[in-house]
Amino acid sequence: MELEVVLFGIARDIAGSSKLKLTLADGASVKVLKKQLIAEYPEMSKLRSIAFAVDADYVDDDYQLRDKEEIVIIPPVSGG
Amino acid sequence: MIKLTSEPIIVNEVIDSVYDAGAGAVDVFIGSVRNKTSEKKVVRLEFEAYEKMALSEMEKIATAAKKKWPVCQLSIVHRVGTLNLGDLPVVIAVSTPHRPDAFEACRYVIDTLKQTVPIWKKEIFEDGEVWVAAHP
Repeated sequence: MELEVVLFGIARDIAGSSKLKLTLADGASVKVLKKQLIAEYPEMSKLRSIAFAVDADYVDDDYQLRDKEEIVIIPPVSGG
Repeated sequence: MIKLTSEPIIVNEVIDSVYDAGAGAVDVFIGSVRNKTSEKKVVRLEFEAYEKMALSEMEKIATAAKKKWPVCQLSIVHRVGTLNLGDLPVVIAVSTPHRPDAFEACRYVIDTLKQTVPIWKKEIFEDGEVWVAAHP
């Protein structure tokens, strides 16, 4: 399946783009996506945390991704 | 009032927005851009947000605060874009019938915002820049 990955902040700087297309096995979880991202962009493993969101809501590592889904990478937040 | 803005925050507007006839206290938190971090001179800050989610996370915080304390009105306004020294990144105002709840609820809102709301801050120094809190 194909996923649209949207990146903000330092995650975008590491990937060098605010949008990526990734191909994962059907039914893969967020955990698998995280592994693949870190394999492609090792700098991501140095971040304090990496969270993910679908439809503007946090999803956990077990969340099962769907084909064509847009998933947003949330690097450590620092508002305020 | 829950909003993101690229314009300077007018503090009095945020305070006025929590006026409530039943409130005996209004507590206000104002974030301010300071001139240094660990003795490094800060030139400016740049804030970016995943706006749709930042707004919904701020709404969640407001809802949670209203469950924990007898909140009359609650407002959160956060800047995005470039901020200079002394500018205000965030203003929070909470009105409650009595002051202890206003203090506690206001602190809860800013502390939780810093943990959950997808907003990112980059500090620009004279000789470089860094995404705040990105690394352990």
